[in-house]
Amino acid sequence: MTENTAMQVSEEVAIEIRNMNKWYGTFHVLRDIDLTVQRGERIVICGPSGSGKSTLIRCINALEEHQKGSIVVDGTVLSSDLKNIDKIRSEVGMCFQHFNLFPHLTILENCTLAPIWVRKTPKREAEETAMHFLEKVKIPDQANKYPGQLSGGQQQRVAIARSLCMRPRIMLFDEPTSALDPEMIKEVLDTMIELAEEGMTMLCVTHEMGFARQVANRVIFMDAGQIVEQNEPEEFFNNPQSDRTKLFLSQILGH
Amino acid sequence: MSDTHAQSVAFVRETEIPPAPPPEAQSGAVRWMQQNLFSSVFNSILTVISFTFIAWLVINVYPWFANGIWQADSIRECRELLDGKTGACFAVLTERWNQLLFGFSYPVEGYWRPTTAFVLLLVSIAPVLARGRLPNAMFILTAIYPFLAYWLIWGGTIMTPVVALVGFVVGYMAYSRLVTRSFAMGAFGGTAAAIVTWYLGGFLVDAMPNFLALAEVPSRSMGGFMLNLILGTVCVSLSIPLGILLALGRQSNMPIVKGICVVFIEFIRGVPLITLLFVANVVLAYFLPPGTTFDLILRVIIMITMFSAAYIAEVVRGGLAALPRGQYEAADSLGLDYPQAMRLIILPQALKISIPGIVNVAVGLFKDTVLVSVISMFDTVGMIRGPIQQSTNWLGIYWELFGFAALLFFIVCYSISQYSQWLERQLQTDHR
Repeated sequence: MTENTAMQVSEEVAIEIRNMNKWYGTFHVLRDIDLTVQRGERIVICGPSGSGKSTLIRCINALEEHQKGSIVVDGTVLSSDLKNIDKIRSEVGMCFQHFNLFPHLTILENCTLAPIWVRKTPKREAEETAMHFLEKVKIPDQANKYPGQLSGGQQQRVAIARSLCMRPRIMLFDEPTSALDPEMIKEVLDTMIELAEEGMTMLCVTHEMGFARQVANRVIFMDAGQIVEQNEPEEFFNNPQSDRTKLFLSQILGH
Repeated sequence: MSDTHAQSVAFVRETEIPPAPPPEAQSGAVRWMQQNLFSSVFNSILTVISFTFIAWLVINVYPWFANGIWQADSIRECRELLDGKTGACFAVLTERWNQLLFGFSYPVEGYWRPTTAFVLLLVSIAPVLARGRLPNAMFILTAIYPFLAYWLIWGGTIMTPVVALVGFVVGYMAYSRLVTRSFAMGAFGGTAAAIVTWYLGGFLVDAMPNFLALAEVPSRSMGGFMLNLILGTVCVSLSIPLGILLALGRQSNMPIVKGICVVFIEFIRGVPLITLLFVANVVLAYFLPPGTTFDLILRVIIMITMFSAAYIAEVVRGGLAALPRGQYEAADSLGLDYPQAMRLIILPQALKISIPGIVNVAVGLFKDTVLVSVISMFDTVGMIRGPIQQSTNWLGIYWELFGFAALLFFIVCYSISQYSQWLERQLQTDHR
């Protein structure tokens, strides 16, 4: 598995973050973040709550604004220029902890909305694409239901399909399994693993360490707004270097 | 722990319990009364008192209705016919029927015009109210209805509303042509094109004043329930979009837009409607250049629209605030721009939450249109308190007239509220 996945990583740079800083008011949430993501790389970001890991990936598609440093996504510099922001957002898919499906639209409409309005895809073509991805996440039969009628795991898989319909080059996952019942975590993780095997560039904030071991080619540990340690999963779990990482791992793997 | 104990706790189900229907509900009139009317001593006492009160009310009011006189020329004739019995004098309604509906100076031979306009109103709002259930072609009637209704009610040459309509169409075409470059250019270009069309069309209207012309009726002649309906329909349909814009403006990141919206909303909400109506009637004339004739109904419409738009803006703001931030973020993360996110994601949900509040404002607005009677316009209440009650024939008649006015308003307002409840059920998608 590791050899196979290593081969898919190319030298091309997907995301380049240089010396990025962010403040909420006077509170310094992200400090001197430097991160380069190669195309095809799968990165898991973990760390205690409040360490800034969600904020970091939300900066990448400009849901949060950074105040200092630079972010380059797919060759496009992220600045306050609205055109750049919309361009980056249509190339970067995102899944949220609480799914954020649109409750007033059916599953199919959720999936076709952005392709039709942003990409100007004809409706029929958008629906075909949507059905393709809904089959991929194994819920094509729910296409005409509303999000409120689906289970949490199904909703999160729809959210993944909705992002994929925009054919993104990068996917961001913000704690995709944290709001799910234990029985449903696996179905979402399976979908993500499948996505990873196809070579999607993924940044994933999660506490699912099994998932990290299986698919990640880099694990990043954050604490207090800084990247404390990053390494390949085997090394990271078996041989953590900093005391903070050791403490964190002992707490989440301890039982 | 002993083995025997472990065995008594362990359990494995081997046969599945088949699903059974729920127990039959106990029904029947006697049982219903027992449960709902006489479930306790206190409840029984309340039931008896309530029924006594209702019976007393019916016994006393019924003769008034039953003995009612429907044909008479004056209140004196009514009293003679009643001959001392209790009874209503509904004759005032039949004798003044047209005045109550159309006011006292609308030309009698033209009554068919507002009546047609009213029937067409029902037809043209039907596709808006029952979205998706009627053919889309009906929206064409909805689009031209305002112009058609103006022509029917006010009269004059048909060229006036046609030029107005063409101006809007030209403006929209210019807008959609230019908006691809930038929104500001589209907005300015569209407005300019519309104004030029209207200016040029003005010559056309002057040139052919008799082309398909109906007899002109001045605004002063509008009256009765027709005036309430005109004001209510126009003001509700204008103030909902204006209110939505104000609510969005108040949420805007642009400080000047936000400031203007906040000041407007807070100022209008802080002033009684009657004050605004006096401003429309009297004060506005001082600010206009001498000699300008600015239609009184138009002034009143502007004031009532601004008033209710401010309230609707606050209702919609509540709806916007009730949406989770995640909805905005999901729309953003998919690359939708601001107008798309608002139109496709945020407003459909926010407006759905706001329906009860918006309907509340709309019903209040419709009833508030009777306030124009205070600035000497002859709407339903103006007609009753003015020409009808002051006439020597009907001096001293109250209950029948105001009861009738109340009934008219009740029918309209109750229909609106029933419709809104139906709409809420239609839009319910969460199946909780």
